[in-house]
Amino acid sequence: MQHLSIFPILIPLLFGAIMLLPPISRDINSQRITSIIGTLFLLISSAVLLYQINAQGVQLYALGGWQAPFGIALVADKVSSLLVLLTAFLAFCVMLYAVAGQDKGGAYFHPLFMFQIMGINGAFLTGDIFNLFVFFEVLLIASYALLIHAGGKQKTQAALHYVILNLVGSSLFLFGLGILYGTLGTLNMADMAIKVGQLQGETATLAKTGALLLLVVFGLKAAMLPMHFWLPKTYASASAPVAALFAIMTKVGIYSIFRVYTVIFGDDAGELANIATPWLWPMALLTITIGTIGVFASPGIKTLSANLVIISSGSLLACAAINSEAATSAALYYMVHSTLASAGLFLLADVMSRQRGKAEDRFVRSRPFVQPRLLGFGFAISALALIGMPPLSGFVGKIMILQATQSSAQTMWVWPLILIGSLAALIAFSRAGTTLFWRHNGSVAAEAEPAKITEIMGIGLLLFASPILVVFGGDISEFTQQAAHHLHDIQASAYALLPGVAQ
Amino acid sequence: MEGLYAFCVGLLTACGIFLALRGRTFSVVIGLTLLSYAVNLFLFASGRLKLNAAAVLGESEQYSDPLPQALVLTAIVIGFAMTAFAVILAMRARADLGNDHVDGTLPAQPGDASKKSGGSQ
Repeated sequence: MQHLSIFPILIPLLFGAIMLLPPISRDINSQRITSIIGTLFLLISSAVLLYQINAQGVQLYALGGWQAPFGIALVADKVSSLLVLLTAFLAFCVMLYAVAGQDKGGAYFHPLFMFQIMGINGAFLTGDIFNLFVFFEVLLIASYALLIHAGGKQKTQAALHYVILNLVGSSLFLFGLGILYGTLGTLNMADMAIKVGQLQGETATLAKTGALLLLVVFGLKAAMLPMHFWLPKTYASASAPVAALFAIMTKVGIYSIFRVYTVIFGDDAGELANIATPWLWPMALLTITIGTIGVFASPGIKTLSANLVIISSGSLLACAAINSEAATSAALYYMVHSTLASAGLFLLADVMSRQRGKAEDRFVRSRPFVQPRLLGFGFAISALALIGMPPLSGFVGKIMILQATQSSAQTMWVWPLILIGSLAALIAFSRAGTTLFWRHNGSVAAEAEPAKITEIMGIGLLLFASPILVVFGGDISEFTQQAAHHLHDIQASAYALLPGVAQ
Repeated sequence: MEGLYAFCVGLLTACGIFLALRGRTFSVVIGLTLLSYAVNLFLFASGRLKLNAAAVLGESEQYSDPLPQALVLTAIVIGFAMTAFAVILAMRARADLGNDHVDGTLPAQPGDASKKSGGSQ
């Protein structure tokens, strides 16, 4: 169907708007049902979109009938449709978890959730860089409000840092866009990719400034090293469904880095070819290092999962720095794995902290769990997946990244850091598991509440994705390989998207 | 004209960044506002500065690029909404945390050792 590629933006927008209107907005139960139906629709339409893209190739959707590069185009290719499906699946699982009671902490949880999904999907689908900025703002303003959902001192403090940093980031984004528009005269990403090769001398230097300003902004979203300080506190203080949904937010930054620095400033960019690579290398490696240190220093399981998000961001940035088809393919696989696994761990951490009384999620001796077997099983699966132990998806993803290194110098830097990161995760998880499950005293806490059935379903779906990613590993890695090939082939990712422009 | 314009944008940006780096939420919000003004002017200039050139064809001999003006409009709307949110959040933080410092705690001033909040110094 022709309009399928705009559905992932329209569905959350419509459902979010409907939930703001009276008959549904008054009653939390009808909001919950609407949300579940909405995310289910979204999941189905993204799956159909992915199937259709796989069968028929890239879909170009010219908004308002204005052809690119004059109008804004939505580009649904293999990369973006894969990530849209990932977002839809994550949203469905998180919503299943949230309807059990986590959405009652504040007003407008459901509409904001939908608007955030809309922003994320839009950022993945758009083919216009100013439109990317607009969708970034949509997802950010929804995330600001979601972050302080349910209130509390910790959240206000974390939200203040997060909001101020991202507002500065938005200003830098606009500065970068202004410079790029001033030098290239276009904002369509495919058109930029074609025009950037012709820049020379002073204009090229100016465009380079703009491009590197954008790297700062995307790095801020992706938690690249000097800009990662907001992440642990923000993720650890956000309420569980919000933190789990935020697991995809760093990936939006990573995706933008891949899109901008592979397609626009990639191999064919003339004087500006691969300008980000010399910056990405040290940043990526240092990000993995700081994440590893953070994993060791984490006092509780939420901070631990936040630091694991930093490690996975660093690994993905390293893939962007390697800048080859194999690395991009590995990154896409690892992105799917790490989003689902870390979202699962955030939700699981919330269930655990609700059953431990005052100790919450900290690694201290405390009361035993109400459901030790269920939680232990879930914890073991998510730990194995996030550490990267066989037989789960983390192992496959990390092997793919390690195999993607090209020269011996790259191998010498990337292998030890990623493996030490895994070792740190292994140590931290064994220490955490020992304390959480075996070192307890007294009886079950009086205020402890067992996990509800939809909560278990949500977490179960997220964790079950990890073995599925391994069982269908061949098909999925073949798909990511094709997606990466598409991204690295300027003929497919730029010229084919502009009707009437020949190479 | 270009020189003066560039100087204004640069001055606004410098003031914005200086204020955004301060410790109190009020000056940070003012800094963010100045930064967004600077950005709007900068975006406007990305279509080149021209005199006597309307963005509509046929209205004047020369015409100017209409796209930056559309971008500026979008940026103004978004910047306005974000500033409003930042102001409300700063007030909420003042109420929740009891002070207006961005970190939520006042840094220890030299000379008022009696006021420190039970740290291990």
